[in-house]
Amino acid sequence: MSLESTPAERLAAFLARTPYIAFLGMRAELAGDEMTAILPFSPHLIGNTLLPALHGGVLGAFMEMTALAQLAVITGGPRPAKTIDVTIDYLRPGRAMDTYARAQIKKAGRRISSVHVEAWQEARAKPVAAIRGHFQMPAEG
Amino acid sequence: MVKPPNFIAAMTGTLDEEAARHMVTRTPQTEALGFQFVSISDARGTIQVPWRADLVGDPETGVIASGVVTTLLDHVCGLSIRAAAAVPQGTLDLRIDYMRPARPQADLVADGHCYKLTRTIAFVRALAHDGDPDDPVATAQAAFALVGGLS
Repeated sequence: MSLESTPAERLAAFLARTPYIAFLGMRAELAGDEMTAILPFSPHLIGNTLLPALHGGVLGAFMEMTALAQLAVITGGPRPAKTIDVTIDYLRPGRAMDTYARAQIKKAGRRISSVHVEAWQEARAKPVAAIRGHFQMPAEG
Repeated sequence: MVKPPNFIAAMTGTLDEEAARHMVTRTPQTEALGFQFVSISDARGTIQVPWRADLVGDPETGVIASGVVTTLLDHVCGLSIRAAAAVPQGTLDLRIDYMRPARPQADLVADGHCYKLTRTIAFVRALAHDGDPDDPVATAQAAFALVGGLS
């Protein structure tokens, strides 16, 4: 997939090639250059049946995949970026409902990029979790 | 309201092995990922996740997705806190460093250690490896809030 492809094609290719994204049931939509990732609620995502609440790892993984998807939109290579590190902040319980996330690329480097992601459910202004992460960019070509 | 046995055990003292096994294998997400209980001891816990094709992050390499490692590390941190304090807890923050990709088609093992408890907070370290704990795939550092605090 080269940079002659459209952002929508690059996003679709990233989502389709990653088995773990299908496991989560994650999808994403593009409005111009703004991507919104969507994690539809599914019972297998629950980590705490008493509350009930989404597994914290699922929220972290969903935001990490959101960052990787956003990076795939801006890069043309066939390989996805690789996660170097992430710091996940848990702000509110992730309830048993649909979750959304948007990524902000703070720095798109040739080798390393820095990305922030926020995830929310009922209200964009009340995020349930956030991550900051560094990602190794795929080699060009 | 009838609570499951693991919750009662968690509220009344040390987490026994059956309750720990339940916590690792019987939540919907850990069941979906195929987590297996390995052990608990004083303030420590170990979980294993067998490789599976649908958990792969990059089909060209066949390596388990980093997102699976995130959930594995979060869960083993929770298990080690239960082994230390036996009260329910919620993650405040979780920092994960990915040192290297796991080997293709390798199972992963995670060890957690709750090295400090205050009345309200648990501090935890964990690592994930694919056979040799001295050559980890990822390491984690986390803080958890103890729900209700320690009495």
